[in-house]
Amino acid sequence: MGHGLANSSFKNPVIRWMDQRLPLFTLMHKEYAAYPTPRNFNYFWNFGALAMVVLMVMIVTGIFLSMHYTAHVDYAFDSVERIMRDVNYGWLMRYLHMNGASMFFIVVYIHIFRGLYYGSYKQPRELLWILGVIILFLMMATAFMGYVLPWGQMSFWGATVITNLFSAVPVFGDQIVMWLWGGFSVDNPTLNRFFSLHYLLPFVIIGVVFLHVAALHITGSNNPLGIDPKGPQDTLPFHPYYTIKDTFGLGVFLIFFSLFVFFAPNYLGHPDNYIPADPLVTPAHIVPEWYFLPFYAILRAVPDKLLGVVLMFGSIAVLFILPWLDTSKVRSARFRPIYKIFFWVFVFVCLMLGYCGAKPAEGIYVVLSRLGTVYYFAHFLILLPLLGKLERPLPLPTSISEPVLPRGGGAITAGATAKPMDKA
Amino acid sequence: MVNVLRRSALAGLALACGIGIGAAAHAAGEAVEPPAIDWSFNGLFGTFDRAATQRGFHVYKQVCSSCHSMDLIAYRNLAQLGFSEDEVAAIAAEYRITDGPDENGEMFQRPGIPADRFVAPFPNEESARLANNGALPPDLSVMAKARAGGPDYLYAFLTGYVDPPDGTELMPGMSWNTYYPGHQVAMPNLLFPNGVPYTDGTEASVHQQAYDVTNFLMFTAEPSLEERKEMGVKVILFLIVFTALMYAVKRKLWADVH
Amino acid sequence: MADITHPDGQDSEGNGTTRRDFLYLTTAAVGAVGTAAFAWPFIDSMNPAADTLALSSIDVDLSPIAVGQSITVSWRGKPVFVRHRTAGEVQAAEEAPEGDMIDPEPDDARVINPEWLIVVGVCTHLGCIPLGQKPTDQRGEYGGWFCPCHGSHYDTSGRIRKGPAPLNLPVPEYEFLSDTQIRIG
Repeated sequence: MGHGLANSSFKNPVIRWMDQRLPLFTLMHKEYAAYPTPRNFNYFWNFGALAMVVLMVMIVTGIFLSMHYTAHVDYAFDSVERIMRDVNYGWLMRYLHMNGASMFFIVVYIHIFRGLYYGSYKQPRELLWILGVIILFLMMATAFMGYVLPWGQMSFWGATVITNLFSAVPVFGDQIVMWLWGGFSVDNPTLNRFFSLHYLLPFVIIGVVFLHVAALHITGSNNPLGIDPKGPQDTLPFHPYYTIKDTFGLGVFLIFFSLFVFFAPNYLGHPDNYIPADPLVTPAHIVPEWYFLPFYAILRAVPDKLLGVVLMFGSIAVLFILPWLDTSKVRSARFRPIYKIFFWVFVFVCLMLGYCGAKPAEGIYVVLSRLGTVYYFAHFLILLPLLGKLERPLPLPTSISEPVLPRGGGAITAGATAKPMDKA
Repeated sequence: MVNVLRRSALAGLALACGIGIGAAAHAAGEAVEPPAIDWSFNGLFGTFDRAATQRGFHVYKQVCSSCHSMDLIAYRNLAQLGFSEDEVAAIAAEYRITDGPDENGEMFQRPGIPADRFVAPFPNEESARLANNGALPPDLSVMAKARAGGPDYLYAFLTGYVDPPDGTELMPGMSWNTYYPGHQVAMPNLLFPNGVPYTDGTEASVHQQAYDVTNFLMFTAEPSLEERKEMGVKVILFLIVFTALMYAVKRKLWADVH
Repeated sequence: MADITHPDGQDSEGNGTTRRDFLYLTTAAVGAVGTAAFAWPFIDSMNPAADTLALSSIDVDLSPIAVGQSITVSWRGKPVFVRHRTAGEVQAAEEAPEGDMIDPEPDDARVINPEWLIVVGVCTHLGCIPLGQKPTDQRGEYGGWFCPCHGSHYDTSGRIRKGPAPLNLPVPEYEFLSDTQIRIG
């Protein structure tokens, strides 16, 4: 272990004094300013930073909302309405939080599909990917419990249906469900623990996000070509190039977000959740929030209760082993002509499953759900392992700067990028 | 909404009847899509039509409030509709509020003040069901957001009472409504021409009353609508400027790289 | 928000750099304004809400309070003492020499109608509720209120006369709606 002060390259005496004792500034500079980032990112690489911003928006709005919320079955609905009516800007915070959940999933789903398309999960980024799947799991749990808090009809019946999934567990199912409820049905103890966990889990998410970023900064970022940077000519310092690009992307995203918050705040919600929870009347048509629909369709596609639950959780769990299912050494779909086609089929199937999840479980929708479910798993368990063996990838470029830089311009631009901080 | 759960649990018998009717009604058929109305509160710059909303309050007060509560709304909220402070105080004072207990341990009645919530027609769910054939008239505070189709549906529903098609048998105490899911609804048609006296010269047709009360219900469901849209326009304009500037910055910065 | 400062503090040389600096500074300023504006709703949400403010004034009926009696009403979460003072108490309050007071103030500056004393019943020392409302309570050496926590004595005008409290019991804003009706707040 070292003794004495850490080295610091900062000149400001106050920053230097702190940095020598706790090198946070050096760390921040290394990870968020100097961090060498492939120079060829497209806009799909904005979504990680966007997810980080939405997480912050959710935590800040959530903390302020919790100052006014009452986690009790008799008061929860009214306290949310009081936030909407009487608390200063309460409507704004609540609509930001409510729509922010949807925005979080939009951003994260695009982030995930970007990873699928460009092979970001492949060696050496397997653990980075697994941490990402854990974040997705935590997000889903958090979103589900948050939806229960306003204690409307959908809150109550959503909680009832989802907790009842665990009754499919052999032998201990009923005990597990009672344990989750803290009673004989979804009631006040359930609401209280969901509130507690809904407040806790986002901070767990922050922790896993920190690990996700730490793992990213060990392996370095993937890029649209899926080949490793060969040297400084292939990378740019994260700041200012990607901080600025991400902030521009954030502006575009915030416009999209604001359109929902200010002009269609209930568009993504469900009218039944403005009816106070009634344990004796189930709404005619229960649907989860849109971001759970594909998984809900998988659940309903299977006639067997236990198998349906297993497949629903399995549809996310399969992502954990994805790095070992995909046998192709080539990362980016740009150089995988057959995988590229199957990728888009897979996107279509996910959207179709989502559509089926929103429709009643009858007629053609059951058939489509079943086909979709089979394809979903076949994509991961059959197509990906086979494609790696059968597909002939296109020739890879030798370096990132080769297709980016104009022919013969390498020397000049390489000089320009070697020390971009000095460029005016 | 206090204690709804526990009271519901006690109301088993009344409920069994109520749900039975509701479930049967649902089974009878799908709802008809309500026509889209060009409400003044629609659109990017939408605002409430103050005159219509004020008239709508009178429709609620004279017709709906005999069965439907509005637990989330206080008399002071009416000030936002353009009623003066004195008018709001006068409206509130028309109601008797049960308060207490006083020093003798007794509950007592006092005139309402603007801070009081709307007085409910029934003291509890059971008495509401008893007076309405087992059906519970729902609270109307957020009704305009609590039904698919929102205000369009409410307006269509209120004007959608017609005679049942030939050969349909109405269950006892039920009415036929084109737009209600299942069509058979426990609430009878209660809007009649000039049923509510309008003092501002507007003709109190059934459509006008339905239109006005729907405006009022949209206001109670979403009182921050005007503030929200006004802020939204500013926020989006700001974001467009900021994003355009960021785009320019990004272009300049990356000019050397590409 | 990302930091939008210029990549390096190189001196401007030529128009290109100046224009670029101007653009960067403008964008940074707009971003800062936006961030500040975003913060305001959150700060303001912690201020009293509309339903709280709607109850910020209360009406008190004075008719049932006999001479010499006091009642306590709750106003904005704090006790307000309403005392129907006897002639003797009024006289004592008016004639008290301001010279020995800790926080000198004439009685007529603390009442609208001398018969009625209305003060916020929270000791100005450390926030306890002084005794003196019930006939059986100790009222201290000056016949007003006595705070049992640290021994502050208030007189019949609610002024601090002895003990550690630094200030008189505050008089809330109130008005007489009629001879027997006041509105506090």
